[in-house]
Amino acid sequence: MKAVTGHRLFWPAAVLVVMLLANLVVTPGFFSIQVRNGHLYGSLIDILLLGSPLMLIALGMTVVIATGGIDLSVGAVVAISGALACYLISGQEDQGAVTGVLVAVALALVLSAALGFWNGLFVARVGIQPIIATLILMVAGRGVAQLITSGKNINVNSPPYKLIGGGYWLTLPFAVIVVAVVVALTGLAVRRTALGMLLEAIGGNAEASRLVGIRSRRLVVLAYTFCGLCAGIAGLMISSNISTADGNNAGLWMELDAILAVVIGGTALTGGRFTLAGTILGALVIQTLSTTIYTTGVPSQVTLVFKAVVVAIVCLIQSPAFRAKVFRRRARPEAPPPASPAAADVEVNA
Amino acid sequence: MPGAVLEMIGVSKGFPGVRALADVDFRLFPGEIHALMGENGAGKSTLIKVLTGVYSADAGEVRLGGERVSVTGPQHAQTLGISTVYQEVNLCPNLTVAENVFIGREPSKAGAIRWREIRRRAAELLTRFGVDVDPGARLDTCSLAIQQLVAIVRAVDISAKVLILDEPTSSLDRDEVEQLFTVMRRLRDDGVAILFVSHFLDQVYEVSDRMTVLRNGALVGEYQTARLSRIDLVGHMTGRTLSTLEQLHVRDETARVQAEPVLKADGVGRKGAIAPFDLEIHPGEVVGLAGLLGSGRTEAARLMFGADVADSGTVALGGASVPLRSPNAAIQHGVAFCPENRKSEGLIEDLTVGENIVLALQAANGWLRPLSQAKRQELVGRYMTALRITPADPDMPARNLSGGNQQKVLLARWLITQPKLLILDEPTRGIDVGAKAEIQKLVVSLAEDGVAVLFVSAELEEVLRISHKIEVLRDRRLIAEIGNAASVTPEGILEIIANGTTS
Repeated sequence: MKAVTGHRLFWPAAVLVVMLLANLVVTPGFFSIQVRNGHLYGSLIDILLLGSPLMLIALGMTVVIATGGIDLSVGAVVAISGALACYLISGQEDQGAVTGVLVAVALALVLSAALGFWNGLFVARVGIQPIIATLILMVAGRGVAQLITSGKNINVNSPPYKLIGGGYWLTLPFAVIVVAVVVALTGLAVRRTALGMLLEAIGGNAEASRLVGIRSRRLVVLAYTFCGLCAGIAGLMISSNISTADGNNAGLWMELDAILAVVIGGTALTGGRFTLAGTILGALVIQTLSTTIYTTGVPSQVTLVFKAVVVAIVCLIQSPAFRAKVFRRRARPEAPPPASPAAADVEVNA
Repeated sequence: MPGAVLEMIGVSKGFPGVRALADVDFRLFPGEIHALMGENGAGKSTLIKVLTGVYSADAGEVRLGGERVSVTGPQHAQTLGISTVYQEVNLCPNLTVAENVFIGREPSKAGAIRWREIRRRAAELLTRFGVDVDPGARLDTCSLAIQQLVAIVRAVDISAKVLILDEPTSSLDRDEVEQLFTVMRRLRDDGVAILFVSHFLDQVYEVSDRMTVLRNGALVGEYQTARLSRIDLVGHMTGRTLSTLEQLHVRDETARVQAEPVLKADGVGRKGAIAPFDLEIHPGEVVGLAGLLGSGRTEAARLMFGADVADSGTVALGGASVPLRSPNAAIQHGVAFCPENRKSEGLIEDLTVGENIVLALQAANGWLRPLSQAKRQELVGRYMTALRITPADPDMPARNLSGGNQQKVLLARWLITQPKLLILDEPTRGIDVGAKAEIQKLVVSLAEDGVAVLFVSAELEEVLRISHKIEVLRDRRLIAEIGNAASVTPEGILEIIANGTTS
């Protein structure tokens, strides 16, 4: 029992399950999945599809947060990546040409990774605080996206591009497959090599890591580059889904959702130990919440407040300190009068 | 003599598991500079914190001008006339000198601050104390010494009865110390009672009139500085006399291999940390660094690893000169370093015991070449057994280990890399007797296997027991090198520290 509740993924998983069940109560058909035109359809599939960009961004954010940093620029990178891909595709004679789309996608991803690399240099080489270093690109990045699109929304009509964020492959949304592949590769990269351990060492104790000979600068740069790349892929998905590059609104405030997903997943903002699976659960919790708001018809003017309240509750449940307090308060009336406050604590925690 | 301005009678203060102050009496007279002496953990800071109301005493009383007072906090202490200036200056670096002197008590008229008056009065005060600084200069453009003097001027202007200076000189150079002493003497002549804490014996003898010595939280005595010899003072501080000296294991000194030195330092130094020094360490040799706290032991050791970068001199490792700009350069040449501060600089508490043990080897291999699971288990298992790390669970978070076992984890971390030179900074501090003996034995057996060891410890007995050669440091300077022999005693080393003429 203790082993189950004590597992680091228990609380995010529990929150997700409770949310899904709540939806089932309100919307009886919530769990049903049908096959239409050879595609899977259903609310659960929708959550996965719509949550794909967030899962990717939160994945990159997890790695950055593990090093003790943070990346506020991911939303802007989403906009830039989508803008560049759509700009390149819209300039082609045949927007449906697979080669052209591949080139556009590749260039957009290279640029996203380069932007992440830039953040990494600021943090690891120049030594600017991560929150400030990435704030620069967060603000400037939207401008860059506007420059690429000349301030207008670029619409594309390209079936191959549409596949990325809105298409299906093997009955599943293509985006979900992409997320699964990226998550699997990342998991292998951090846990099958020593990368994960070294990143955790840097985030856990930067000075000790230096004294043990870890080349932390290049690892930190690598983390930010990866984060930029993830945001770039997410940017492609978002623009592809609506076939439009919107420099102003694509990925707006997504950095905050991503940070939230990481925290709900159980990775501390202070760095060190991280969990990719937790982050994926966290991202799904946030997406489920958004979906819930739409399907249960919460009035639009209270959506933000509703979301805020639920997030606050989730964060409180996630906090060991809060749980300890609540459980202690509940336990007190049943416990015999303690000899001293310290003794009471020991009793309840045991 | 006039009555004491400040008196502590039978003051005791305990923390869970520690008796920080036990029945201590203390007197401070107006117009004196009084040094508070004692080793680390003797209770100096606890005494100051009781005086300034940071802690409340468990027993005993504090009297100010003959009246019993109970100080509730530093703010209250200040209104009572007790001001403290710490080593880290607690002022606002982004404000000017004048603003800092008057911050929180600006002269104002109808709600408006009278800036001109602030500048005028600040200039007056600074001149009076002989501090040569422009009152309009931003504080962070001033040297640390000036910042400290500004803090003192502010403290004295607020309330001038008792001034506590906690390690004010530790980051000042010679001239700056002189400047500080001038101000201190001037204040003393004005009738201020000054309590001065410093680890530098020379400075204490230069400036103080009387001193109180504490040891293990208890009062040893109150002395006139002029009538207490340095050797007696060190004896009082450390509690060592010939009668309590244990018989030392005599090491065979003649058998040292005259091979190429593993490390040869030539004029290596770093401003403000340690004066340039020469050092040679041969394979299989244990070199001990001895000296009081703040003598530059740790600083010297850190330079040998590239943990701090030297600003003069050269280090040759295995015969080739190596610029030590980062620990990596040293590690590549087979140097390992267990820092003094296990928790903040050594252990990564988030990681497991096993991960902590393989970290140095893994860092040297790079992340793309991970140790195989089998290799890792084998190495971790072998070293956990060899060093008897308990509990024998490699998957436990390292934070849950006891101090001695944490130290063993750090040792294991470096032993896995098979270093040629092992630098150990206070490897036995704060760990229990059993683990301590094990670590000492380990060091000796490593040396027998040909590993060179640089051993830093505050405990002279320990340094003597395991070193072949002892480097004595004082006041951030290497003052003597002595080969270990039966004739070398802790007292002999203390005498060198107290009276050493090379400076």
